[in-house]
Amino acid sequence: MVTTRAAVTAREVAETVTDPELPMLTLADLGVLREVGETADGVTVSITPTYSGCPAMDTMRDDLVHALQRAGFERVEVRTVLHPPWSTDWITERGRRRLAEAGIAPPGAAPQRGDGPVPVQLLPPRRRVSCPHCGAADTEAVSEFGPTACKALRRCPACAEPFEHVKEI
Amino acid sequence: MAFDNAYEALADAHDDARWAFGTGFEDPLSGVDTTVPSGVDGEGLAQYCLMLGDDALVLSHRLQQWCTRAPELEDEVAIANIGLDLLGQARLLLARAGKADGTGRGEDHYAYFRGEHEFRNVRLAEREHVDFAQLVVTVLVVTTWRLAVFQRLRSSADPVLAAIAHKGVNELSYHRDYAAQWVVRLGDGTETSHARTVAALEDVWPLVAELFETHDVERRLPGVAVDPAEVRGEFDDVLAQVLSAATLEIPEVRAKAGVAGGKGRDGRHTEAMGYLLAELQSVARAHPEATW
Repeated sequence: MVTTRAAVTAREVAETVTDPELPMLTLADLGVLREVGETADGVTVSITPTYSGCPAMDTMRDDLVHALQRAGFERVEVRTVLHPPWSTDWITERGRRRLAEAGIAPPGAAPQRGDGPVPVQLLPPRRRVSCPHCGAADTEAVSEFGPTACKALRRCPACAEPFEHVKEI
Repeated sequence: MAFDNAYEALADAHDDARWAFGTGFEDPLSGVDTTVPSGVDGEGLAQYCLMLGDDALVLSHRLQQWCTRAPELEDEVAIANIGLDLLGQARLLLARAGKADGTGRGEDHYAYFRGEHEFRNVRLAEREHVDFAQLVVTVLVVTTWRLAVFQRLRSSADPVLAAIAHKGVNELSYHRDYAAQWVVRLGDGTETSHARTVAALEDVWPLVAELFETHDVERRLPGVAVDPAEVRGEFDDVLAQVLSAATLEIPEVRAKAGVAGGKGRDGRHTEAMGYLLAELQSVARAHPEATW
């Protein structure tokens, strides 16, 4: 696709839109913003859901449309892209830094899965996640499911603070 | 968002801010290329998507019924999350069905305006959980089976179904681990928790054979659908591993018979299904013109 001057601007605008649940991250930082293109018909933005049931998708879509319309792009279409599926590996370095600054532990490397059966885990996973509050090197898992689909709950034995962790997927 | 009063925030006229997540639904496949690949039977594909979508929708509803009833806050959150993931899978699959059969019907049509005999979920999904042991045993069985099917569906000849399965595999792995860890904790726990988990297995197991019976719809879709009979070995291996760690055994019980030759996949359900649908559909049916 030919990148025109206007398309660069549309991308810049789209890149300022933040995630409704993690407002310290832009959609670009989170890795859900896939493509911004401009044709004679208007701007087309492609986004990908983090989890199948992520209720923030509709809000992201609205926020993108309104941000672009405010910037003078009248016709905006937001498309869903399902494949390849979103992975926490797509969260940018800046995004990881901002998560940590907000007290949310960023994810480690996503699990690599082959074509064989996925092994079942009978014990809570042993992951080294450092505490975003006091920096202690190791913390304990409380639950793999947190207040949003993408986060797990952990606790720091050193400072005793609970915190959220963007779980690897 | 800033509004002068709360009611203003509820009004649709304000398109600049949403009053709550879960309102103003858009087609979850908006912008996805939903053309049925040449050589694929669109009608059959739609029926297959309804089977997989209904399993997720109905089990999700059962999980939602646990809201405020879980034993600990962490489990409350976990069960709601699993229910939400399954609901997301259901939305994508039901939307896929409406595109594949050419009717253009949306997810709401399938979820709210079909009768009981039109639902294609396996009967295990609709089963009521009388206690927490039944919940975790059901989730273990359903997610182990579904994960194995979705793992294979990633190479389906329908790229939309393959993409939905790919996302689903990542989610289902977390669901299955949660359920498996609880089954071990309860089975290898106290006398009471062990006894209840044994009872839960005896209750659930008559509905397990049905999961692996190949249906005509699956037979008609080689390369698109997964034959569930193929995943029985993988399912048995996982269950053996979990149950052995939990000091439990597979009960010797007879498979639950169908009704007039049909089971869940044929739209023949247990008594529990009617009550479940009444709860799921009553608001939508009372206000058929409403938008959500």
